[in-house]
Amino acid sequence: MNVQRSTLIFAWMLLLPAVLYVTVIVAYPLVDTFILSFTDASLKKTTNWVGWVNYEKIFNDTFAEVIIRTFIWTFFSVSIKMIIGVFGASMLNAAVPGRALFRVLTMPPWIVPMAIGIFMWGWMYNGQFGMISGLLQRFGFVDSPVAFLAQGSTAFWATIITDVWIGVPLVTLYMLAAMQAIPQDLYEAAWTDGAGRFYRFRRITLPLLVPSLITMSMLSLIATFNSFDIIWILTRGGPSGETTTMIIDTYHTAIGSKKYGEGAARAVLICIFLSIFCLAYFRVTSRLSSGESR
Amino acid sequence: MSAQPAMINRYRWYELVGIYAGIAVFLTFILAPFVEGFLVSLKPLSQLFSSPYRFIPVNGSFEAYRTMWVSVPGFARYIFNSFFISTIVTAVVLVLVVPAAYAFARFQFKGSGHLLAAFLAVNMFSGAVLLIPLFRLMRTLGLLNTYFAIMVPGVAFLIPSAIWLLRTYMMRIPRELDEAAFVDGASHFYTLRRVILPIAMPGITVVAITTFIGSYAQQFIFALTFNSKTEYAPLPVGLFAYFGRQEVIWNELMAASFVGIAPAMIVIFLLQRYLVSGLTAGAVKQ
Repeated sequence: MNVQRSTLIFAWMLLLPAVLYVTVIVAYPLVDTFILSFTDASLKKTTNWVGWVNYEKIFNDTFAEVIIRTFIWTFFSVSIKMIIGVFGASMLNAAVPGRALFRVLTMPPWIVPMAIGIFMWGWMYNGQFGMISGLLQRFGFVDSPVAFLAQGSTAFWATIITDVWIGVPLVTLYMLAAMQAIPQDLYEAAWTDGAGRFYRFRRITLPLLVPSLITMSMLSLIATFNSFDIIWILTRGGPSGETTTMIIDTYHTAIGSKKYGEGAARAVLICIFLSIFCLAYFRVTSRLSSGESR
Repeated sequence: MSAQPAMINRYRWYELVGIYAGIAVFLTFILAPFVEGFLVSLKPLSQLFSSPYRFIPVNGSFEAYRTMWVSVPGFARYIFNSFFISTIVTAVVLVLVVPAAYAFARFQFKGSGHLLAAFLAVNMFSGAVLLIPLFRLMRTLGLLNTYFAIMVPGVAFLIPSAIWLLRTYMMRIPRELDEAAFVDGASHFYTLRRVILPIAMPGITVVAITTFIGSYAQQFIFALTFNSKTEYAPLPVGLFAYFGRQEVIWNELMAASFVGIAPAMIVIFLLQRYLVSGLTAGAVKQ
């Protein structure tokens, strides 16, 4: 046996446990979802092959509406996360006293178990006794209590804001790291030439931040598309389905109503969208890194 | 970061005011729920359910921090469960990921790039998408309503980013070290155990911390779906015990939340330096 061969075997030995584990827990369920989506699987003992019925049902159902809502929800959530994240990062990047502390204070929403942060928001959104409605009334913006989670339009934005709150720390710290990776001499050269702070930000920081911005937006897009806990705890997809995203609808169908087949068809659709995002992400990041080496 | 605060970093007073104002606005958004949550935990229930809204508690007390143990006697168990689950998950992830990351960092072979990409693709699917087959799988394996029902899927979804992070770290370890050991007649396995592992320890620590946090955060959906026994419920699910028939006992819920996260928060603040460096290592240099 030559060295090359033994190295190869060693590499595969190292990889095998992780590969096997992920195959059983992720790859097999993916295949199973696909198969299930063509059956009428439920709590019944027997399962029949039904072909495309589940998929046809999806589009006769309100699911098309759910898809559109999911995209709008995700779009706003990601955009707001990125805007607040870049804003926060550029503030924390300033060399002012106390910034180490401020950086630590950014982390809690990300570190605390999601459910706890969501409970806090749930109380703040409370109509009669919650803080947001209370303060809005105190300062005269509204006359009567606003029950944010009880009306579709406000519940939609309330769930987005909570999602933003949970996602912002990661975006901020990521963008901060990206800003600090920009070579300092670029700023010094510009400064010597008399460029002001804002000019330096616009002409050096922002352009060099673009690759990181794109990478983070894509990662954030995928995570947000998968978001479950927030909507589930705050509204369960209500009121009257107005915060129901694809994940929530899948959960209701599959776990709530035990219609595994119909749920699986929805899950397959989610997987298709995620695969598209995923491919786009790989395409973009490989282009970005090849651009870097040029 | 350059060590010397050069002239370039001098701020005029109005710039300083602007920066601090910006930071204040930003941190208010981040921290307001915690402040409100803490104040709620100090208020008596009657005051919570009264109008008009008052931000500052009147006659605030830590009473809820005592009564929360009485209303939900199993609370300590939930905290234990969360820690127990996260610890085991982290250990299993490390055992699987350390060799795999080393293989990805060091050996180029046919298909290794695709395999790495496949791992990363797992990251794109949350557990929520795969709940149905996972539920069936757990049922077939007889794991429903056990600790394993929460741990087993948890591990799988934490493996990809752990591999990615650790691989990045290990690629920075000079190849000459492996080669020197190899020339001296050390086996591959010996090299990994005696040469690479000690040097990679800081990186492994970072991965352990981020995995622990990830596991602490992701328990909710698996525990909600695969476990209905209260004795195995982790903190996020256990907190629902404060949702009474009539109303939510908000002050105790908030007190319990703070008690539940306190141990984790203390550990994390002590280790926050590693957290930021871990994030930076895995993220910026693709």
